[in-house]
Amino acid sequence: MSLTPLLRKIFLVDLVKGLKVTFHYQPPSEAITEQYPLERPVIFERFRGQPRLNSNPDTGESLCIVCNLCALACPEQLIVVKGERNPATKRKEVVSWTYDLSRCMFCGLCEEACSTDALELSQDYEMALYSREGMVLDQAALERGQEPERYAK
Amino acid sequence: MSKRTDYLDLDTKDETFLDATELVLNMGPQHPSTHGVLRVILKLDGEKVLGTECVIGYLHRGVEKIAENRTYAMFNPYVDRMDYVAAVSNGLGYCEAVEKLLSVEAPPRAQYLRVILTELCRIASHQVWLGTHALDIGAITPLFYCFRDREEVLKIFEKYCGARLTTHAFRIGGCIYEAYEGFEQDCKKFCDAFLPKLDEYEELLTTNRIWVERTKGVGILNPEDCIALGVTGPVLRASGVKWDLRKAQPYESYKDFDFEIPTGVNGDTYDRYLVRIEEMRQAVRIIRQAVDGLPQGPIMAKVPKVIKPPVGEVYHSIEAPKGELGYFIVSDASTQPYRVRVRPPSFVNLQALDKMVRGLLVADVVAVIGTLDIVLGEVDR
Repeated sequence: MSLTPLLRKIFLVDLVKGLKVTFHYQPPSEAITEQYPLERPVIFERFRGQPRLNSNPDTGESLCIVCNLCALACPEQLIVVKGERNPATKRKEVVSWTYDLSRCMFCGLCEEACSTDALELSQDYEMALYSREGMVLDQAALERGQEPERYAK
Repeated sequence: MSKRTDYLDLDTKDETFLDATELVLNMGPQHPSTHGVLRVILKLDGEKVLGTECVIGYLHRGVEKIAENRTYAMFNPYVDRMDYVAAVSNGLGYCEAVEKLLSVEAPPRAQYLRVILTELCRIASHQVWLGTHALDIGAITPLFYCFRDREEVLKIFEKYCGARLTTHAFRIGGCIYEAYEGFEQDCKKFCDAFLPKLDEYEELLTTNRIWVERTKGVGILNPEDCIALGVTGPVLRASGVKWDLRKAQPYESYKDFDFEIPTGVNGDTYDRYLVRIEEMRQAVRIIRQAVDGLPQGPIMAKVPKVIKPPVGEVYHSIEAPKGELGYFIVSDASTQPYRVRVRPPSFVNLQALDKMVRGLLVADVVAVIGTLDIVLGEVDR
């Protein structure tokens, strides 16, 4: 055995080198961990979160034209759209619109299929609930958007 | 209560029940170092492993059967859930296989975007491997460092396609998302920041005495056994076989890039560690070239809205972070595949476990499972 590896072994060079790396981060200059409820994470624009049904901001009418493309695109078949043709305006109008959030995997295929910007996966991410009952969203809930459950006393 | 005497019924007089040294031990399915729900039945002689048997299927979801009930485009998000550590690679393999069936090719810009994202994904996957593998062996620090740096990759994924883990980034025929503003800068920034971090990991482990003692000469696989077992990926390359599908059967735009295939010599756990570390360096090299040469143009090829491939079958495989990931798709000219068979690298690599751990100690089984880099979502599908 040559002398250098032996000396390196005696003086624990490898351990000292490793410890140098860990102590180089002391004291930590930047905190990576987010203190979640106090500190909100940055959500990027393309994030696929809670679904939302958009309506026309001027008239308040739903943008959904009941074309059923989102329901056909969904791999889990969790969207059910029912519509009826309004004889006065000759346009299809929503009768019922449900979205089963408990089965959704947020793949974004419904959003891509939508021809009118009505259905959108928004940046809201707080979707945890205590029971599965509230997970089937109707049209009103989808238009209202996120209502996080309050846990504080 | 009758008195138990069965342990006294031994063949020879001088033998006692204390000599019955063979012990069968269940490792898992709820064992943290089996990286999921893998159950390994170990036959032990004291601390020495005489043989193993893997019991899999605890995470079986029937992905291949689901494919038969979905259209081609609908099945795309499900493949992300097989190897959830490298979801982008899974998506790439599936999209390419369907494109081959349709005989379309993604436009150059889409191909470059795909390469950038899959190489980022390779880095993220190897970081998870390094962190958990080191943790199994007893080094806790690399786990924190790896996951801290992996966050940057996940941020790029989130900015690009809106999800961090199950990305669904690619579509059949190209990409649906255009590179966001600042994508190139983000990738370059990551590459510049990542190489010194990689040196840090190496400083912590490569010469560390405990690490070397625990990994050198452990779980040796010779090249002949590797080929006979069908092992691919870094495990194969660490045994000295220069086989990488990115060079052997260039898919996407890999033929445009200049990179090397790292290989090992001894085929032990230490060599596999060095090969994967070097692969991360090569991935950075590829990302830099791809970002610099990112062409302009469309990102989606002309693909019909309803995908109905002609009757036929196709096998297409890519080099995923864990090895050869292949998709075999049979089409009967309907909107849904007749059959989809996935050849997952983890599933095939896991077969080598028995060969690698025979004669080693129980503690080395943990090291060998770590070095195989298996993801149980992919093993069981």
